[in-house]
Amino acid sequence: MLEIKNLHANVEGHEILRGVDLTVEAGEVHAIMGPNGSGKSTLANVLAGREEYEITEGSVTYDGQDLLDMAPEERARDGVFLAFQYPVELPGVSTMQFLRTAVNSMREHRGEPVMNVAEFMKRMREKADFVNLDHNLMKRSVNEGFSGGEKKRAEIFQMAMLDPRLAILDETDSGLDIDALKIVSAGVNKLRGPERAFVLITHYQRLLNYIVPDVVHILMDGRIVKSGGKELALKLEEKGYEWIREHAAELVAA
Amino acid sequence: MIDTLEKAPDLNERLVSAYERQLEERSNGHPPAFRDLRERAMTSFDALGIPTRKHEAWKYTNIAKALRHDYAVLDPGAASDVRADDVAAYRIAGLDAYTLVVVNGIVDVDLSDTDALPAGVHVGSLRDAAETHADVLDTYFGKYADVDEDAFVALNSAFDLDGVFLRVEKGVTLERPIQVVYVTDADRDVLLQTRNLYLFGENSEALVVETFHSASDVKTFSNRVTEVVVDRAARINLLQLQNENDEASQVSTLQVYQEAQSTFSAHTYTLGGALVRNNINAVPNGEGCETHLYGLYIADGERHVDNHTLIDHAAPNCFSNELYRGIIDDRATGVFNGKVFVRRDAQQTNAYQSSQGVVLSDDAHHYSKPELEIYADDVKCSHGSTTGELEPEHVFYLRSRGLSERQAKSLLLYAFAHDIVTELPHEALRNYLDGLIEQRLNA
Repeated sequence: MLEIKNLHANVEGHEILRGVDLTVEAGEVHAIMGPNGSGKSTLANVLAGREEYEITEGSVTYDGQDLLDMAPEERARDGVFLAFQYPVELPGVSTMQFLRTAVNSMREHRGEPVMNVAEFMKRMREKADFVNLDHNLMKRSVNEGFSGGEKKRAEIFQMAMLDPRLAILDETDSGLDIDALKIVSAGVNKLRGPERAFVLITHYQRLLNYIVPDVVHILMDGRIVKSGGKELALKLEEKGYEWIREHAAELVAA
Repeated sequence: MIDTLEKAPDLNERLVSAYERQLEERSNGHPPAFRDLRERAMTSFDALGIPTRKHEAWKYTNIAKALRHDYAVLDPGAASDVRADDVAAYRIAGLDAYTLVVVNGIVDVDLSDTDALPAGVHVGSLRDAAETHADVLDTYFGKYADVDEDAFVALNSAFDLDGVFLRVEKGVTLERPIQVVYVTDADRDVLLQTRNLYLFGENSEALVVETFHSASDVKTFSNRVTEVVVDRAARINLLQLQNENDEASQVSTLQVYQEAQSTFSAHTYTLGGALVRNNINAVPNGEGCETHLYGLYIADGERHVDNHTLIDHAAPNCFSNELYRGIIDDRATGVFNGKVFVRRDAQQTNAYQSSQGVVLSDDAHHYSKPELEIYADDVKCSHGSTTGELEPEHVFYLRSRGLSERQAKSLLLYAFAHDIVTELPHEALRNYLDGLIEQRLNA
């Protein structure tokens, strides 16, 4: 589904990604872990199409298409979803109007008819319940005045509304207390399926207790330095990133 | 580049000769009404001349250049083809308003619908009122707008013009709004002037909606002066909706005088026109007044929109609040210049001002200039002024959810504009404006 090859990306002249290779198949859940500044969020943002990154080398193929050649909205309409680390507040932008436009732009792209208001409202309520999101929040402007936890849950709610095929969760666990983390994780687990892939970006192993990944990758200094099963995350938790740093030095030396 | 009046001598000469012609025709051997005012005004206009960009108040608006055009001075009462059908299209759906129609500066009673006005409300022609309400005009007409310092007020005051006379007597609450429909319809490029007098009695309440329409596609330049007197404890809303075609320019002066405990709210929407200059000068002259000035301007193409406000706090314990938003695209220009003056006696004044401009293209310009002059020591005044692009973060967030760049931007701009719309006091107006704005942003 997703194939990243030797991806290099700069921001403001600094090279952040220095040759990322990653292959994700439909139905899989991949976790990308790494210390602060390792390039995790950059990778997420490059995949979603944020424009301030300059791709200097490498390729990203999504379902056989050149993902890097697609506008952010084209990626979204083809099923790529990014749950933001810091979702923005959009005062005055009605959540309902925004989501209806989003849902319908995707349906239109797939040649499906526009969803009528009643059907849309029903879907909103269902998906909000999915992550225990207060229905009143949907009457507000997008994310306006939401607590940190509400914002993260609202991202998962949007994900459920938009029904993506590749979901990238950028530190969705940060700032969540244990109850919220369980709710968000349960929401994600319900969305797992053979057609859908997840890339979970996280600093901590904690999230992976609730969303069990198929593969864990460790990103360091803009490269994936180690990949393994879910036990890799536990080992990392136990030994810390220093252990990997030494390991990475060996890899580079070799 | 400074332009002077000398470069547009023809217009000035035409204005003077029109003035003299009118003096002769209208006087009919009798001394014309307000002769002293008119002579003083003409002398003042002659001395002031059309302002240039050297004048601080006209720094960002080259009005002399806009007037350097072969405008004919429109003969008041010139024939027009405006019919009831045209007017019906200008009515705002759901507003259920009394309608007064002003064609080329002249009130057209036949096209108007002011039947069933409640007792104590007078809506009609200013010229008629000079006869039917002579004593009222004697008391109020020409007493507020500044003939001596403002060239456009002087030019307007020099002529015996028609326009709207509106009087809501003491204690009357107007349940239905009044819509004043201004139509210009000419067969050649014209300069026309309109003069209004709005008088709101003690403890009265009213909503007045002014809409502006071009029925022909000639170039027009309109100079309109409206004096508004809001008596003690009156509660007044005035919406000006400027949505004319690309050939229509106007200088509008709203001179507002407020007595104690009164509330006056102006809602100024500029969605069309070529060059539009709005002067709003409010004088809360008694204790406990509230003055709200809300403005939204959306300018594209070559449009130039300049909002110039002055709130002159002369009395203590008053509150003023200004909220202006502009969306500027293409090669258009937006200007906000807001001055708040707090006189020494105006203790406990609360004055807030906020101006925000969003610029959508490299060739679009927005100038925002707040000015505070405070002579009292116990006041709360603040102003915020920003000019910028839409936040790229916000646009990206929406695009990452499948909205096109265009959809994302218009959703954000709509939200930006909607903050002003929510201040409108009537649901039909909010719906109407929302629709117009959405249409404009998706155009």
